[in-house]
Amino acid sequence: MTATWYVVVGTSVLCFLIKYVGHVVPAHWLSRPRVQRINAYVPVVLLGALVAVQTAASKTHLAVDHRLVGILVAAAALKLRAPFPVVVFLAALASALAYHLS
Amino acid sequence: MAAVPRSTWRDALSVSLTVGLYGAAFGAASVAAGFSVWQTCLLSLLTFTGASQFAAVGVVAAGGGALTAVATAGLLSSRNALYGLQMTPHLGVKGWRRALAAQWTIDESTNVGLAQLPLGPDAVRAGFWLTGAGVYFFWNVFTLAGALGAKSIGNPAAWGLDAAVPAAFLGLLWPRLRDRFTQLVALAAMAFSLLATPVLPSGTAIIATVIVAIFAGWRDRS
Repeated sequence: MTATWYVVVGTSVLCFLIKYVGHVVPAHWLSRPRVQRINAYVPVVLLGALVAVQTAASKTHLAVDHRLVGILVAAAALKLRAPFPVVVFLAALASALAYHLS
Repeated sequence: MAAVPRSTWRDALSVSLTVGLYGAAFGAASVAAGFSVWQTCLLSLLTFTGASQFAAVGVVAAGGGALTAVATAGLLSSRNALYGLQMTPHLGVKGWRRALAAQWTIDESTNVGLAQLPLGPDAVRAGFWLTGAGVYFFWNVFTLAGALGAKSIGNPAAWGLDAAVPAAFLGLLWPRLRDRFTQLVALAAMAFSLLATPVLPSGTAIIATVIVAIFAGWRDRS
């Protein structure tokens, strides 16, 4: 199996188990206040890290390029309450333009 | 499910279609990261939790190994366990129906389901199942469309695909930034991940950022 297959199988199994656990474990296991508070911040930090790394990193070095134009346009579109598909489309369009102009 | 309120249908359908469209961005991102069309479709059919799917292919695109990709996706889906906890008393299902309910336990089905509470327990159940089924259908159809589209266009940068992925993450992050402290946490996470990128093995800077969440959530702030 190639690495991508490990990712497909591993992600699918792990994510299903996590969902299933919520439906079967006793409620108090997951409702400790500290666990809940940390859990609430996990998506925020991971999504933040993914935005930053996918925008400004290239493998293990930092890089400022056309992608930054795209993400700034996406932020502006989100600020103006554009729907998600429009945000993604505008970001791609702006980044592609910057790529061809630079 | 006799007499599902019209507003429940409307909520479920509009959320399903809007979120489903997002599947096209995932399909394209996954193919751009080096996954085949078939693998991309399997991720949407089997994993079926958007942010984790984007994270798994995003870590691979950033040069991370399979284990890092799976671990990052798993951490990002830990909130689904809490959703299951909230939904399960409303659903009251066992066996294969419980497994299906678990697979469809995502942000959207839980939120639409719980939003029906004022309309009664039947509406909660209907909202959950209709949204779960609707998002599952549209998410998978649009994943395939996005994957096939990306496969036919060659260089992802020339079409802006490499910026579409972080834009998709930003779109998932945005509605969570409700208060000033959460905004600061997100900014700290961005700074941390960028500072860690040149120092840590490729792809691991993202998952290492969980330390920021532990710091942020350790003390009770209320």
